[in-house]
Amino acid sequence: MDGLLALYIFMLAAFTGYEIIAKVPVILHTPLMSGSNFVHGVVVVGAMLMLGNADTVLQQAIGFFAVALGAANAAGGYVVTERMLAMFKKKEG
Amino acid sequence: MTLPVYVQGAWFAGALLFIFGLKGMSSPASARKGIVIAGYGMLIAIAGTFLVPGLKNIALMVAALALGGAAAWISGKKVKMTDMPQMVAIYNGMGGGAAAAIAAIEFAKGDAHSTVTTILAVLGALIGAVSFTGSCVAWAKLQGVLKRAIRLPAQNAVNVLLAANAVGLGIAMVLMAPAQPELIVFFFAVSLILGLIVTLPIGGADMPVVISLFNAFTGLAVGFEGYVLGNPALIIAGIVVGAAGTLLTQLMAKAMNRPLSNILFTPMVASGPGEAISGSMKEVGAIDAAAMMRYASKVIIVPGYGMAVAHAQHKVWEMTSILEEAGVEVKFAIHPVAGRMPGHMNVLLAEAGVPYDKIFDLEEINGEFGQADVALIIGANDVVNPSARTDKASPIYGMPILNADQAQNVIVIKRGKGTGYSGVENALFYTDNCRMLYGDAQPMAGEIIQHLKAMG
Repeated sequence: MDGLLALYIFMLAAFTGYEIIAKVPVILHTPLMSGSNFVHGVVVVGAMLMLGNADTVLQQAIGFFAVALGAANAAGGYVVTERMLAMFKKKEG
Repeated sequence: MTLPVYVQGAWFAGALLFIFGLKGMSSPASARKGIVIAGYGMLIAIAGTFLVPGLKNIALMVAALALGGAAAWISGKKVKMTDMPQMVAIYNGMGGGAAAAIAAIEFAKGDAHSTVTTILAVLGALIGAVSFTGSCVAWAKLQGVLKRAIRLPAQNAVNVLLAANAVGLGIAMVLMAPAQPELIVFFFAVSLILGLIVTLPIGGADMPVVISLFNAFTGLAVGFEGYVLGNPALIIAGIVVGAAGTLLTQLMAKAMNRPLSNILFTPMVASGPGEAISGSMKEVGAIDAAAMMRYASKVIIVPGYGMAVAHAQHKVWEMTSILEEAGVEVKFAIHPVAGRMPGHMNVLLAEAGVPYDKIFDLEEINGEFGQADVALIIGANDVVNPSARTDKASPIYGMPILNADQAQNVIVIKRGKGTGYSGVENALFYTDNCRMLYGDAQPMAGEIIQHLKAMG
Protein backbone atom coordinates (compact mmCIF):
# COMPACT_ATOMS: atom_id res chain seq x y z
CA MET A 1 0.00 0.00 0.00
CA ASP A 2 1.07 3.57 -0.63
CA GLY A 3 3.02 4.58 2.48
CA LEU A 4 1.61 8.08 2.69
CA LEU A 5 -1.94 6.87 2.27
CA ALA A 6 -1.42 4.46 5.17
CA LEU A 7 -0.15 7.35 7.26
CA TYR A 8 -3.42 9.20 6.63
CA ILE A 9 -5.36 6.12 7.68
CA PHE A 10 -3.24 5.85 10.86
CA MET A 11 -3.95 9.46 11.71
CA LEU A 12 -7.69 9.37 11.10
CA ALA A 13 -8.10 6.05 12.92
CA ALA A 14 -6.23 7.40 15.93
CA PHE A 15 -8.53 10.42 16.12
CA THR A 16 -11.58 8.24 15.67
CA GLY A 17 -10.53 5.97 18.52
CA TYR A 18 -9.82 8.91 20.77
CA GLU A 19 -13.13 10.64 20.02
CA ILE A 20 -15.23 7.52 20.49
CA ILE A 21 -13.76 6.71 23.89
CA ALA A 22 -13.56 10.25 25.23
CA LYS A 23 -17.35 10.37 25.59
CA VAL A 24 -17.87 7.00 27.23
CA PRO A 25 -19.16 7.07 30.82
CA VAL A 26 -17.06 5.34 33.48
CA ILE A 27 -19.72 2.69 34.04
CA LEU A 28 -18.96 1.28 30.59
CA HIS A 29 -15.19 1.24 30.86
CA THR A 30 -14.87 -2.49 31.52
CA PRO A 31 -17.19 -3.63 28.71
CA LEU A 32 -15.54 -1.08 26.46
CA MET A 33 -12.05 -2.36 27.17
CA SER A 34 -13.30 -5.84 26.50
CA GLY A 35 -15.15 -4.62 23.40
CA SER A 36 -12.09 -2.93 21.96
CA ASN A 37 -10.20 -6.09 22.87
CA PHE A 38 -12.69 -7.93 20.67
CA VAL A 39 -12.19 -5.48 17.80
CA HIS A 40 -8.45 -6.07 17.60
CA GLY A 41 -9.36 -9.73 17.27
CA VAL A 42 -9.64 -8.83 13.58
CA VAL A 43 -5.95 -9.82 13.61
CA VAL A 44 -7.38 -13.25 12.78
CA VAL A 45 -7.94 -11.99 9.22
CA GLY A 46 -4.24 -11.19 8.93
CA ALA A 47 -3.35 -14.54 10.44
CA MET A 48 -5.59 -16.31 7.88
CA LEU A 49 -3.85 -14.48 5.04
CA MET A 50 -0.45 -15.54 6.35
CA LEU A 51 -1.48 -19.15 6.85
CA GLY A 52 -3.04 -19.07 3.38
CA ASN A 53 0.35 -18.19 1.90
CA ALA A 54 2.48 -20.40 4.13
CA ASP A 55 4.87 -22.66 2.18
CA THR A 56 6.94 -24.61 4.68
CA VAL A 57 5.82 -26.73 7.61
CA LEU A 58 7.30 -24.21 10.04
CA GLN A 59 5.33 -21.37 8.46
CA GLN A 60 2.19 -23.52 8.55
CA ALA A 61 2.75 -24.27 12.23
CA ILE A 62 3.22 -20.61 13.14
CA GLY A 63 0.27 -19.69 10.93
CA PHE A 64 -1.95 -22.27 12.61
CA PHE A 65 -0.89 -20.90 15.98
CA ALA A 66 -1.63 -17.32 14.84
CA VAL A 67 -5.10 -18.16 13.48
CA ALA A 68 -6.03 -20.10 16.63
CA LEU A 69 -4.88 -17.23 18.88
CA GLY A 70 -6.63 -14.63 16.75
CA ALA A 71 -9.86 -16.64 16.68
CA ALA A 72 -9.69 -17.03 20.46
CA ASN A 73 -9.18 -13.28 20.86
CA ALA A 74 -12.21 -12.55 18.70
CA ALA A 75 -14.56 -15.23 20.04
CA GLY A 76 -13.63 -14.76 23.70
CA GLY A 77 -13.74 -10.98 23.44
CA TYR A 78 -17.19 -11.11 21.91
CA VAL A 79 -18.70 -13.53 24.42
CA VAL A 80 -17.54 -11.76 27.56
CA THR A 81 -18.47 -8.30 26.25
CA GLU A 82 -21.93 -9.44 25.23
CA ARG A 83 -22.46 -11.13 28.59
CA MET A 84 -21.49 -8.00 30.49
CA LEU A 85 -23.57 -5.65 28.39
CA ALA A 86 -26.63 -7.91 28.59
CA MET A 87 -26.65 -7.26 32.34
CA PHE A 88 -26.86 -3.49 32.13
CA LYS A 89 -30.47 -2.65 32.75
CA LYS A 90 -32.43 0.43 33.56
CA LYS A 91 -34.95 0.42 36.35
CA GLU A 92 -37.83 -2.03 35.80
CA GLY A 93 -35.80 -3.45 32.91
CA MET B 1 -1.85 -7.88 -5.78
CA THR B 2 -5.30 -6.49 -6.39
CA LEU B 3 -8.03 -8.35 -4.60
CA PRO B 4 -11.55 -8.93 -5.93
CA VAL B 5 -14.00 -6.22 -5.01
CA TYR B 6 -16.13 -8.50 -2.81
CA VAL B 7 -13.11 -9.27 -0.59
CA GLN B 8 -12.21 -5.61 -0.27
CA GLY B 9 -15.89 -4.82 0.30
CA ALA B 10 -16.10 -7.37 3.13
CA TRP B 11 -13.09 -5.87 4.87
CA PHE B 12 -14.41 -2.37 4.40
CA ALA B 13 -17.77 -3.41 5.85
CA GLY B 14 -15.95 -4.99 8.78
CA ALA B 15 -14.02 -1.81 9.58
CA LEU B 16 -17.17 0.29 9.22
CA LEU B 17 -19.20 -1.95 11.53
CA PHE B 18 -16.40 -1.97 14.13
CA ILE B 19 -16.52 1.81 14.35
CA PHE B 20 -20.33 1.87 14.50
CA GLY B 21 -20.21 -0.85 17.14
CA LEU B 22 -17.71 0.99 19.32
CA LYS B 23 -19.76 4.14 18.91
CA GLY B 24 -22.84 2.25 20.11
CA MET B 25 -20.90 1.11 23.16
CA SER B 26 -20.56 4.69 24.34
CA SER B 27 -24.01 4.67 25.97
CA PRO B 28 -25.49 2.02 28.25
CA ALA B 29 -28.76 1.99 26.32
CA SER B 30 -27.18 1.12 22.95
CA ALA B 31 -24.11 -0.73 24.18
CA ARG B 32 -25.46 -4.24 23.67
CA LYS B 33 -26.50 -3.42 20.13
CA GLY B 34 -23.00 -2.01 19.61
CA ILE B 35 -21.18 -5.25 20.36
CA VAL B 36 -23.60 -7.23 18.20
CA ILE B 37 -22.96 -4.84 15.28
CA ALA B 38 -19.20 -5.22 15.76
CA GLY B 39 -19.71 -8.99 15.91
CA TYR B 40 -21.34 -8.96 12.47
CA GLY B 41 -18.41 -6.90 11.25
CA MET B 42 -16.03 -9.62 12.40
CA LEU B 43 -18.04 -12.40 10.74
CA ILE B 44 -18.18 -10.51 7.45
CA ALA B 45 -14.46 -9.75 7.52
CA ILE B 46 -13.58 -13.41 8.23
CA ALA B 47 -16.00 -14.74 5.61
CA GLY B 48 -14.58 -12.32 3.03
CA THR B 49 -11.05 -13.53 3.75
CA PHE B 50 -11.98 -17.06 2.67
CA LEU B 51 -12.77 -15.64 -0.79
CA VAL B 52 -9.23 -14.35 -1.33
CA PRO B 53 -8.05 -16.14 -4.49
CA GLY B 54 -5.19 -18.64 -4.27
CA LEU B 55 -5.44 -19.24 -0.53
CA LYS B 56 -3.75 -22.46 0.60
CA ASN B 57 -4.08 -24.55 3.75
CA ILE B 58 -7.83 -23.99 3.98
CA ALA B 59 -8.43 -27.13 6.05
CA LEU B 60 -5.74 -26.13 8.51
CA MET B 61 -7.28 -22.66 8.68
CA VAL B 62 -10.76 -23.95 9.47
CA ALA B 63 -9.34 -26.27 12.12
CA ALA B 64 -7.43 -23.41 13.79
CA LEU B 65 -10.49 -21.14 13.71
CA ALA B 66 -12.67 -23.86 15.22
CA LEU B 67 -10.13 -24.77 17.88
CA GLY B 68 -9.29 -21.25 19.06
CA GLY B 69 -12.82 -19.95 18.64
CA ALA B 70 -14.53 -22.81 20.47
CA ALA B 71 -12.06 -22.88 23.37
CA ALA B 72 -12.44 -19.15 23.96
CA TRP B 73 -16.21 -19.21 23.44
CA ILE B 74 -16.70 -21.89 26.08
CA SER B 75 -14.32 -20.33 28.61
CA GLY B 76 -15.92 -16.93 28.00
CA LYS B 77 -19.39 -18.32 28.70
CA LYS B 78 -18.27 -19.89 31.95
CA VAL B 79 -16.10 -17.18 33.51
CA LYS B 80 -17.42 -15.48 36.64
CA MET B 81 -17.91 -11.71 36.57
CA THR B 82 -15.35 -11.20 39.34
CA ASP B 83 -12.78 -13.02 37.18
CA MET B 84 -13.51 -10.90 34.12
CA PRO B 85 -10.32 -8.78 34.22
CA GLN B 86 -7.97 -11.73 33.86
CA MET B 87 -10.13 -13.16 31.09
CA VAL B 88 -9.90 -9.91 29.13
CA ALA B 89 -6.15 -9.94 29.79
CA ILE B 90 -5.65 -13.43 28.38
CA TYR B 91 -7.78 -12.82 25.25
CA ASN B 92 -5.82 -9.64 24.73
CA GLY B 93 -2.52 -11.49 25.08
CA MET B 94 -3.68 -13.94 22.41
CA GLY B 95 -4.30 -11.08 20.00
CA GLY B 96 -0.81 -9.78 20.68
CA GLY B 97 0.61 -13.25 20.14
CA ALA B 98 -1.23 -13.55 16.83
CA ALA B 99 0.20 -10.21 15.65
CA ALA B 100 3.71 -11.30 16.61
CA ALA B 101 3.23 -14.65 14.84
CA ILE B 102 2.12 -12.87 11.65
CA ALA B 103 5.35 -10.90 11.72
CA ALA B 104 7.32 -14.10 12.35
CA ILE B 105 5.98 -15.68 9.16
CA GLU B 106 6.64 -12.47 7.26
CA PHE B 107 10.29 -12.59 8.41
CA ALA B 108 10.57 -16.32 7.72
CA LYS B 109 9.36 -15.77 4.16
CA GLY B 110 12.00 -13.04 3.88
CA ASP B 111 10.19 -11.21 1.08
CA ALA B 112 9.94 -7.87 2.87
CA HIS B 113 8.84 -5.23 0.43
CA SER B 114 10.48 -2.07 1.69
CA THR B 115 12.34 -0.64 4.65
CA VAL B 116 9.18 0.99 6.01
CA THR B 117 7.35 -2.33 5.85
CA THR B 118 10.17 -4.07 7.70
CA ILE B 119 10.32 -1.38 10.38
CA LEU B 120 6.59 -1.65 11.06
CA ALA B 121 6.70 -5.45 10.98
CA VAL B 122 9.50 -5.40 13.57
CA LEU B 123 7.67 -2.84 15.73
CA GLY B 124 4.44 -4.84 15.59
CA ALA B 125 6.31 -8.03 16.44
CA LEU B 126 8.05 -6.44 19.42
CA ILE B 127 4.91 -4.83 20.83
CA GLY B 128 2.78 -7.90 20.14
CA ALA B 129 5.26 -10.24 21.81
CA VAL B 130 5.54 -8.02 24.90
CA SER B 131 1.75 -7.83 25.09
CA PHE B 132 1.53 -11.63 24.75
CA THR B 133 3.80 -12.63 27.65
CA GLY B 134 2.89 -9.56 29.71
CA SER B 135 -0.82 -10.37 29.49
CA CYS B 136 -0.14 -13.98 30.45
CA VAL B 137 1.63 -12.74 33.60
CA ALA B 138 -1.26 -10.36 34.31
CA TRP B 139 -3.66 -13.27 33.96
CA ALA B 140 -1.59 -15.45 36.29
CA LYS B 141 -1.50 -12.72 38.93
CA LEU B 142 -5.19 -11.89 38.88
CA GLN B 143 -6.12 -15.57 38.77
CA GLY B 144 -4.00 -16.12 41.87
CA VAL B 145 -1.61 -18.55 40.13
CA LEU B 146 1.20 -16.12 40.84
CA LYS B 147 0.76 -15.02 44.40
CA ARG B 148 3.13 -12.12 44.78
CA ALA B 149 5.08 -9.54 42.88
CA ILE B 150 8.52 -10.82 41.93
CA ARG B 151 11.18 -8.15 41.86
CA LEU B 152 14.64 -8.84 40.55
CA PRO B 153 17.57 -7.05 42.11
CA ALA B 154 18.18 -3.95 39.97
CA GLN B 155 14.85 -4.53 38.27
CA ASN B 156 14.83 -1.20 36.45
CA ALA B 157 18.34 -1.73 35.08
CA VAL B 158 17.33 -5.19 33.83
CA ASN B 159 14.21 -3.70 32.20
CA VAL B 160 16.21 -1.04 30.42
CA LEU B 161 18.87 -3.52 29.33
CA LEU B 162 16.29 -5.94 27.94
CA ALA B 163 14.37 -3.19 26.17
CA ALA B 164 17.57 -1.81 24.66
CA ASN B 165 18.49 -5.32 23.53
CA ALA B 166 15.11 -5.89 21.92
CA VAL B 167 15.26 -2.56 20.11
CA GLY B 168 18.86 -3.20 19.05
CA LEU B 169 17.96 -6.60 17.64
CA GLY B 170 14.98 -5.00 15.92
CA ILE B 171 17.22 -2.44 14.25
CA ALA B 172 19.54 -5.24 13.17
CA MET B 173 16.56 -7.01 11.61
CA VAL B 174 15.77 -3.91 9.58
CA LEU B 175 19.36 -3.29 8.49
CA MET B 176 20.13 -6.89 7.60
CA ALA B 177 16.76 -7.69 5.98
CA PRO B 178 16.11 -10.41 5.03
CA ALA B 179 17.33 -11.47 8.47
CA GLN B 180 19.02 -14.77 9.31
CA PRO B 181 16.81 -17.30 11.15
CA GLU B 182 19.08 -17.11 14.23
CA LEU B 183 18.55 -13.37 14.48
CA ILE B 184 14.78 -13.76 14.12
CA VAL B 185 14.62 -16.36 16.87
CA PHE B 186 16.85 -14.28 19.13
CA PHE B 187 14.76 -11.15 18.54
CA PHE B 188 11.52 -12.92 19.44
CA ALA B 189 13.05 -14.58 22.50
CA VAL B 190 14.27 -11.26 23.91
CA SER B 191 10.92 -9.56 23.16
CA LEU B 192 8.95 -12.31 24.88
CA ILE B 193 11.24 -12.23 27.92
CA LEU B 194 10.91 -8.44 28.06
CA GLY B 195 7.12 -8.69 28.45
CA LEU B 196 7.58 -11.25 31.19
CA ILE B 197 10.20 -9.37 33.19
CA VAL B 198 8.50 -5.97 32.94
CA THR B 199 5.16 -7.31 34.20
CA LEU B 200 6.34 -9.65 36.96
CA PRO B 201 7.10 -7.00 39.61
CA ILE B 202 3.85 -5.08 39.11
CA GLY B 203 1.41 -5.47 41.99
CA GLY B 204 -2.09 -6.88 41.61
CA ALA B 205 -3.83 -3.58 42.31
CA ASP B 206 -1.96 -1.86 39.48
CA MET B 207 -3.01 -4.60 37.05
CA PRO B 208 -6.06 -2.76 35.65
CA VAL B 209 -3.81 -0.08 34.23
CA VAL B 210 -1.42 -2.70 32.88
CA ILE B 211 -4.19 -4.68 31.18
CA SER B 212 -5.47 -1.48 29.63
CA LEU B 213 -1.95 -0.62 28.43
CA PHE B 214 -1.43 -4.06 26.86
CA ASN B 215 -4.82 -3.74 25.20
CA ALA B 216 -3.56 -0.57 23.54
CA PHE B 217 -0.29 -2.36 22.68
CA THR B 218 -2.05 -5.21 20.93
CA GLY B 219 -4.14 -2.69 19.01
CA LEU B 220 -1.00 -0.95 17.76
CA ALA B 221 0.66 -4.26 16.90
CA VAL B 222 -2.39 -5.29 14.88
CA GLY B 223 -2.40 -1.91 13.15
CA PHE B 224 1.28 -2.21 12.17
CA GLU B 225 0.90 -5.77 10.90
CA GLY B 226 -2.12 -4.50 8.96
CA TYR B 227 0.21 -2.12 7.15
CA VAL B 228 2.65 -4.94 6.43
CA LEU B 229 -0.17 -7.03 4.97
CA GLY B 230 -1.62 -4.04 3.11
CA ASN B 231 -4.95 -4.55 4.86
CA PRO B 232 -6.75 -1.29 5.81
CA ALA B 233 -9.32 -3.12 7.96
CA LEU B 234 -6.55 -4.29 10.29
CA ILE B 235 -4.96 -0.85 10.30
CA ILE B 236 -8.20 0.89 11.19
CA ALA B 237 -9.35 -1.60 13.83
CA GLY B 238 -5.87 -1.81 15.36
CA ILE B 239 -5.17 1.90 15.51
CA VAL B 240 -8.68 2.80 16.75
CA VAL B 241 -8.17 0.34 19.61
CA GLY B 242 -4.61 1.56 20.15
CA ALA B 243 -5.76 5.16 20.53
CA ALA B 244 -8.78 4.25 22.63
CA GLY B 245 -6.70 2.01 24.87
CA THR B 246 -4.09 4.70 25.38
CA LEU B 247 -6.77 7.15 26.46
CA LEU B 248 -8.36 4.61 28.79
CA THR B 249 -4.95 3.85 30.32
CA GLN B 250 -4.36 7.54 30.97
CA LEU B 251 -7.80 7.96 32.55
CA MET B 252 -7.12 5.07 34.92
CA ALA B 253 -3.63 6.15 35.86
CA LYS B 254 -5.04 9.60 36.58
CA ALA B 255 -7.80 8.18 38.75
CA MET B 256 -5.16 6.43 40.85
CA ASN B 257 -3.03 9.54 40.83
CA ARG B 258 -0.04 7.50 39.73
CA PRO B 259 1.78 8.38 36.53
CA LEU B 260 2.21 5.40 34.21
CA SER B 261 5.98 5.46 34.59
CA ASN B 262 5.43 5.12 38.31
CA ILE B 263 3.29 2.04 37.92
CA LEU B 264 5.79 0.39 35.59
CA PHE B 265 8.98 1.26 37.39
CA THR B 266 8.37 1.74 41.12
CA PRO B 267 6.55 -0.48 43.57
CA MET B 268 3.96 1.22 45.75
CA VAL B 269 5.25 1.64 49.28
CA ALA B 270 3.75 3.28 52.30
CA SER B 271 6.03 6.23 52.88
CA GLY B 272 5.76 6.57 56.61
CA PRO B 273 2.62 7.06 58.62
CA GLY B 274 1.86 10.58 57.39
CA GLU B 275 0.21 12.99 59.77
CA ALA B 276 -0.80 11.60 63.14
CA ILE B 277 -4.50 10.84 63.32
CA SER B 278 -6.39 11.77 66.47
CA GLY B 279 -9.55 10.15 67.77
CA SER B 280 -10.52 6.51 67.92
CA MET B 281 -12.48 3.99 65.89
CA LYS B 282 -16.02 3.53 67.19
CA GLU B 283 -17.88 0.28 66.69
CA VAL B 284 -21.54 -0.10 65.88
CA GLY B 285 -23.86 -3.14 65.76
CA ALA B 286 -25.83 -4.30 62.75
CA ILE B 287 -29.12 -3.33 64.39
CA ASP B 288 -28.06 0.29 64.91
CA ALA B 289 -26.67 0.45 61.41
CA ALA B 290 -30.00 -0.83 60.09
CA ALA B 291 -31.92 1.75 62.12
CA MET B 292 -29.70 4.61 60.95
CA MET B 293 -30.39 3.76 57.33
CA ARG B 294 -34.06 2.89 57.79
CA TYR B 295 -34.83 6.33 59.21
CA ALA B 296 -32.58 8.24 56.84
CA SER B 297 -33.95 10.08 53.85
CA LYS B 298 -30.87 9.58 51.72
CA VAL B 299 -28.23 6.84 51.79
CA ILE B 300 -25.18 6.63 49.54
CA ILE B 301 -23.47 3.25 49.28
CA VAL B 302 -19.76 3.15 48.42
CA PRO B 303 -18.84 -0.39 47.35
CA GLY B 304 -15.21 -1.47 46.98
CA TYR B 305 -13.52 -4.59 45.75
CA GLY B 306 -13.87 -6.06 49.23
CA MET B 307 -17.61 -6.30 48.60
CA ALA B 308 -17.04 -8.26 45.40
CA VAL B 309 -14.53 -10.59 47.06
CA ALA B 310 -17.12 -11.32 49.75
CA HIS B 311 -19.78 -11.89 47.03
CA ALA B 312 -22.01 -9.49 48.93
CA GLN B 313 -23.42 -7.57 45.95
CA HIS B 314 -26.68 -9.54 45.81
CA LYS B 315 -27.33 -9.03 49.51
CA VAL B 316 -26.48 -5.35 49.20
CA TRP B 317 -28.99 -4.96 46.38
CA GLU B 318 -31.64 -6.79 48.44
CA MET B 319 -30.96 -4.38 51.31
CA THR B 320 -31.21 -1.45 48.90
CA SER B 321 -34.61 -2.63 47.67
CA ILE B 322 -35.96 -2.88 51.22
CA LEU B 323 -34.72 0.62 52.03
CA GLU B 324 -36.26 2.00 48.86
CA GLU B 325 -39.61 0.42 49.65
CA ALA B 326 -39.44 2.18 53.01
CA GLY B 327 -39.03 5.46 51.15
CA VAL B 328 -35.28 5.95 51.52
CA GLU B 329 -33.42 7.33 48.55
CA VAL B 330 -30.42 5.07 47.83
CA LYS B 331 -27.59 5.76 45.41
CA PHE B 332 -24.35 3.94 44.62
CA ALA B 333 -21.11 5.88 44.35
CA ILE B 334 -18.31 4.24 42.38
CA HIS B 335 -14.71 5.32 42.42
CA PRO B 336 -13.02 5.02 39.01
CA VAL B 337 -10.56 2.41 40.26
CA ALA B 338 -13.01 0.34 42.33
CA GLY B 339 -12.58 -3.29 41.34
CA ARG B 340 -9.78 -4.78 39.31
CA MET B 341 -10.49 -2.93 36.08
CA PRO B 342 -11.98 0.47 35.28
CA GLY B 343 -15.73 0.12 35.58
CA HIS B 344 -15.44 -3.42 36.96
CA MET B 345 -17.61 -2.54 39.98
CA ASN B 346 -20.39 -1.41 37.66
CA VAL B 347 -20.38 -4.79 35.97
CA LEU B 348 -20.52 -6.58 39.33
CA LEU B 349 -23.44 -4.42 40.50
CA ALA B 350 -25.21 -4.91 37.18
CA GLU B 351 -24.85 -8.66 37.64
CA ALA B 352 -26.54 -8.37 41.03
CA GLY B 353 -29.43 -6.56 39.31
CA VAL B 354 -28.71 -2.96 40.31
CA PRO B 355 -30.07 -0.69 37.56
CA TYR B 356 -27.39 1.54 36.08
CA ASP B 357 -29.37 4.74 36.70
CA LYS B 358 -28.72 4.27 40.44
CA ILE B 359 -24.96 4.12 39.93
CA PHE B 360 -22.95 7.33 39.87
CA ASP B 361 -19.31 8.10 39.35
CA LEU B 362 -17.10 10.38 41.35
CA GLU B 363 -17.82 13.71 39.66
CA GLU B 364 -21.56 13.09 39.56
CA ILE B 365 -22.05 12.23 43.20
CA ASN B 366 -19.34 13.97 45.18
CA GLY B 367 -21.49 17.06 45.67
CA GLU B 368 -24.31 14.97 47.14
CA PHE B 369 -22.55 13.47 50.17
CA GLY B 370 -23.28 16.67 52.10
CA GLN B 371 -27.03 16.02 51.83
CA ALA B 372 -26.79 12.32 52.64
CA ASP B 373 -27.79 11.09 56.09
CA VAL B 374 -25.73 7.95 55.81
CA ALA B 375 -22.77 6.94 53.69
CA LEU B 376 -22.38 3.15 53.81
CA ILE B 377 -18.89 1.99 52.87
CA ILE B 378 -18.52 -1.68 52.03
CA GLY B 379 -15.07 -3.11 51.43
CA ALA B 380 -13.59 0.18 50.25
CA ASN B 381 -10.78 2.00 51.98
CA ASP B 382 -8.25 4.21 50.19
CA VAL B 383 -10.86 5.69 47.86
CA VAL B 384 -12.66 7.36 50.80
CA ASN B 385 -9.60 8.43 52.77
CA PRO B 386 -9.82 12.20 53.34
CA SER B 387 -6.02 12.30 53.83
CA ALA B 388 -5.82 12.26 50.05
CA ARG B 389 -7.27 15.78 50.14
CA THR B 390 -5.47 17.21 53.14
CA ASP B 391 -2.30 15.36 54.12
CA LYS B 392 0.57 16.24 51.81
CA ALA B 393 2.77 13.59 53.45
CA SER B 394 0.37 10.78 52.59
CA PRO B 395 1.38 8.50 49.72
CA ILE B 396 -2.11 8.80 48.31
CA TYR B 397 -2.17 12.61 48.53
CA GLY B 398 -3.81 14.09 45.46
CA MET B 399 -5.78 10.99 44.49
CA PRO B 400 -9.38 12.00 43.77
CA ILE B 401 -11.59 10.45 46.46
CA LEU B 402 -15.27 10.05 47.22
CA ASN B 403 -16.20 12.62 49.86
CA ALA B 404 -17.97 10.12 52.10
CA ASP B 405 -16.72 12.00 55.16
CA GLN B 406 -19.12 14.84 54.36
CA ALA B 407 -22.19 12.70 55.03
CA GLN B 408 -24.03 13.13 58.36
CA ASN B 409 -23.11 9.61 59.39
CA VAL B 410 -20.65 7.14 57.96
CA ILE B 411 -20.92 3.39 58.46
CA VAL B 412 -18.01 1.24 57.39
CA ILE B 413 -18.40 -2.51 56.90
CA LYS B 414 -14.92 -3.91 57.15
CA ARG B 415 -13.37 -7.25 58.02
CA GLY B 416 -10.78 -5.93 60.45
CA LYS B 417 -8.79 -2.91 61.47
CA GLY B 418 -6.16 -3.24 58.73
CA THR B 419 -5.18 -0.61 56.22
CA GLY B 420 -6.04 -0.51 52.52
CA TYR B 421 -3.90 -1.55 49.60
CA SER B 422 -1.71 1.52 49.95
CA GLY B 423 -0.91 0.64 53.56
CA VAL B 424 -2.13 4.03 54.73
CA GLU B 425 -4.26 4.55 57.82
CA ASN B 426 -7.67 5.89 56.92
CA ALA B 427 -8.40 9.14 58.76
CA LEU B 428 -12.10 8.74 57.97
CA PHE B 429 -12.41 5.79 60.36
CA TYR B 430 -11.34 8.02 63.26
CA THR B 431 -13.77 10.88 62.69
CA ASP B 432 -16.65 11.56 65.08
CA ASN B 433 -19.43 10.73 62.63
CA CYS B 434 -17.95 7.40 61.58
CA ARG B 435 -18.98 4.00 62.95
CA MET B 436 -17.27 0.70 62.22
CA LEU B 437 -19.25 -2.47 61.59
CA TYR B 438 -16.73 -5.30 61.76
CA GLY B 439 -17.45 -8.47 59.85
CA ASP B 440 -17.63 -10.09 56.43
CA ALA B 441 -19.67 -8.01 54.02
CA GLN B 442 -22.07 -10.79 53.05
CA PRO B 443 -23.27 -11.98 56.49
CA MET B 444 -23.28 -8.36 57.69
CA ALA B 445 -25.55 -7.26 54.88
CA GLY B 446 -27.69 -10.30 55.70
CA GLU B 447 -27.96 -9.23 59.33
CA ILE B 448 -28.89 -5.69 58.36
CA ILE B 449 -31.60 -7.10 56.09
CA GLN B 450 -33.00 -9.16 59.00
CA HIS B 451 -33.17 -6.08 61.21
CA LEU B 452 -34.69 -3.96 58.47
CA LYS B 453 -37.40 -6.56 57.91
CA ALA B 454 -38.10 -6.65 61.63
CA MET B 455 -38.55 -2.87 61.63
CA GLY B 456 -41.14 -3.21 58.87
